[in-house]
Amino acid sequence: MFDGYTSSELMSIFAMQGFAGLSLFSVFVLMALGLTIIFGQMGVINMAHGEFMILGAYTTYLTSGFFQSYLPGLFGGYFFIAMILAFLVCAALGALVEWLMIRHLYHRPLDTLLATWGLSLLMQQTYRSIFGAREVGVDLPEWMLGAFNVTDLVQLPINGLFVMIIALSIAVGLYLLMYRSGYGRKVRAVVQNRPMAEAVGINSAGIDRATFALGCGIAGVAGAAFTMIGSTGPSSGQAYIVDTFLVVVFGGAQSLIGTIVSAFGISQAQSTMEFFLSGSMAKVITLLVVVGILMLRPEGLMALKVRR
Amino acid sequence: MTTYKQSMKGGATGRWGLGKFKLLAASMVLAASANAATPPTAEVNTTGLAVTDDIVTVGILHSITGTMAISEIGSVQAEKLAIKQINESGGVLGRQIDFVQEDGASDWPTFAEKSRKLLRQDNVAAIFGAWTSASRKAVLPVMEQYNGMLYYPTFYEGLEQSPNVVYTGQEATQQILASLNWAAEEKGAKSFYLLGSDYIWPRTSNKIARKHIEDMLGLKVSGEEYYPLGHTQFNSVINKIKLRKPDVIFASVVGGSNVAFYKQMKAAGIDFTKEDPLLLTISVTEDEIRGIGGENVDGIYASMKYFQSLDNPNNKEFVAEFKKAYGDDMVIGDVTQAAYLGPWLWKAAVEKAGSFDIDKIREEFAGIEFKKAPEGYVRIHENHHLWSKTRIGQAQPDGQYKVVHETEELMEPDPFPEGYQ
Repeated sequence: MFDGYTSSELMSIFAMQGFAGLSLFSVFVLMALGLTIIFGQMGVINMAHGEFMILGAYTTYLTSGFFQSYLPGLFGGYFFIAMILAFLVCAALGALVEWLMIRHLYHRPLDTLLATWGLSLLMQQTYRSIFGAREVGVDLPEWMLGAFNVTDLVQLPINGLFVMIIALSIAVGLYLLMYRSGYGRKVRAVVQNRPMAEAVGINSAGIDRATFALGCGIAGVAGAAFTMIGSTGPSSGQAYIVDTFLVVVFGGAQSLIGTIVSAFGISQAQSTMEFFLSGSMAKVITLLVVVGILMLRPEGLMALKVRR
Repeated sequence: MTTYKQSMKGGATGRWGLGKFKLLAASMVLAASANAATPPTAEVNTTGLAVTDDIVTVGILHSITGTMAISEIGSVQAEKLAIKQINESGGVLGRQIDFVQEDGASDWPTFAEKSRKLLRQDNVAAIFGAWTSASRKAVLPVMEQYNGMLYYPTFYEGLEQSPNVVYTGQEATQQILASLNWAAEEKGAKSFYLLGSDYIWPRTSNKIARKHIEDMLGLKVSGEEYYPLGHTQFNSVINKIKLRKPDVIFASVVGGSNVAFYKQMKAAGIDFTKEDPLLLTISVTEDEIRGIGGENVDGIYASMKYFQSLDNPNNKEFVAEFKKAYGDDMVIGDVTQAAYLGPWLWKAAVEKAGSFDIDKIREEFAGIEFKKAPEGYVRIHENHHLWSKTRIGQAQPDGQYKVVHETEELMEPDPFPEGYQ
């Protein structure tokens, strides 16, 4: 499989493939973090996660349009504002959805699955009615296009690096929030033992709403980031949802670290195999390995060990 | 239906009586003069289609919801525009066209069900519709069972020829062979990298392309690769392309993947305007560029039969009418134009046959021309596909293509190409 490549080319292959794997890893992390805290905390499988991401993407699209028309001088920096807006819009909608729908369906995982799937169809058709069925193009500021030329063969895309930085910042921020703050302590208490947490005076309904909103908000930021590398259309969210669930389930549904480890494993395996096999075969083999490991470890890679 | 209308007319005459005699006489004169141009319904419709003395009903069957809506809405718009224009110019055999529109909802069983409804319940005289190969395959048995006639607009993989379908888009060889010849002759390409989404159309197209490159041109295929539909990470294949250094990337990636693919190519520092490698696609029309962004595809080449920028009087008129009907920001892709041909070809066939009957129309298809086609001129081949030219366009930053090459002759449609299977 290494035939026909010189040793310097091989070095470049590994460098570039490593980078490709890392950027896939950051995409996976961005997608999965929002889902994993919702799933882990509340046992809710949010099938509309992809649509929340696309809401973030559309928010970015609108922000970019606004900056182009009214503040062209500040266009270079619009992306940061777009990300904050995407977070706020998606978190607000998430809180509303939790209040209207999800909170009535706790402890009925199959019903939330159906309800959020219905929600995802609703959201898709809403986007279609508002923005039209065609994909929209999100314009990026000049500095985000192009690549660093490290050597002739090794080039690092700037937007890939940018996505990586966003993913890392969010992962670190989320870690601090969950393990170094009062809110996080309450969340963990509710996850481990809901009745007991309520007994000591934690407002579990409020925690649930905040967590759902947080998860949706992170999805929104992910959506904003993905306008750089993917498409923004009414059904684009569907392209991500399968991989997202794969990462979350494989990592162990309640574990942040597990999600990150699983995202890393799957992305590296995938991009390495994509290089030596065809894209479809790489996907098949990745899925087979994941299925095999889940048969041995049904709880995922890093299950939270608590007494039930 | 016809008998119901006739009895209504009889009753009306009775009630008017002698007092309205003059009016009646005048209307009889009018009716007689109309009859001279409009053959009686009983003559032109012997199989119970929805044809009356002044209306003929056709069906439009595309996805206007679901994931395919993005692509199919342009076709719906084009078909409605054609129908409106035909009506304004006097209709078909003196009858105005009315249409029933159904939504295939991006779901193949729904397409089959709706086509059955259109044929059995609405008795439509023709169906303009289906877009993906999967939806066409779902509709096909229904069309054949109830002897309907489908006008199918999309360029597709070939290997099909039904007596109940007219294919107004290109089959694979019409799109591929001329463009590969062009790349080899004009651009001096020696090696090709074939890349597509993983389903029947790209795979069949690349099979034909590989045969042509290796056996007919004697050149090299340096890679062939498929990614699942909806795939959004192309870094690995971009790395592979950088290492193998093909002269041409021959791309048939579709849908949202397209957007990801071109954005990531651009981000990886590949400038298509340098043509190193040159990118030749058979799947990116002006419609897709709207989603990808013109700056991301600047310089790529596409092989189609129609570009919005084609410089001929027919097309100028068509583009103006289309924008008048649907807004100035509309773009028109290859398939939209092919969909526009459907109603016009149907009209021509009906008028040549002097009948709406499917069986009579079918006998007349071979040789039917449409001289006002925006792409210039088309003619129906006896295999129900169209003779049309292949054109190569280069994408401009504004999202339009500049035509750089055009075959001199019309390409013969060859849905079962010998030596390519």
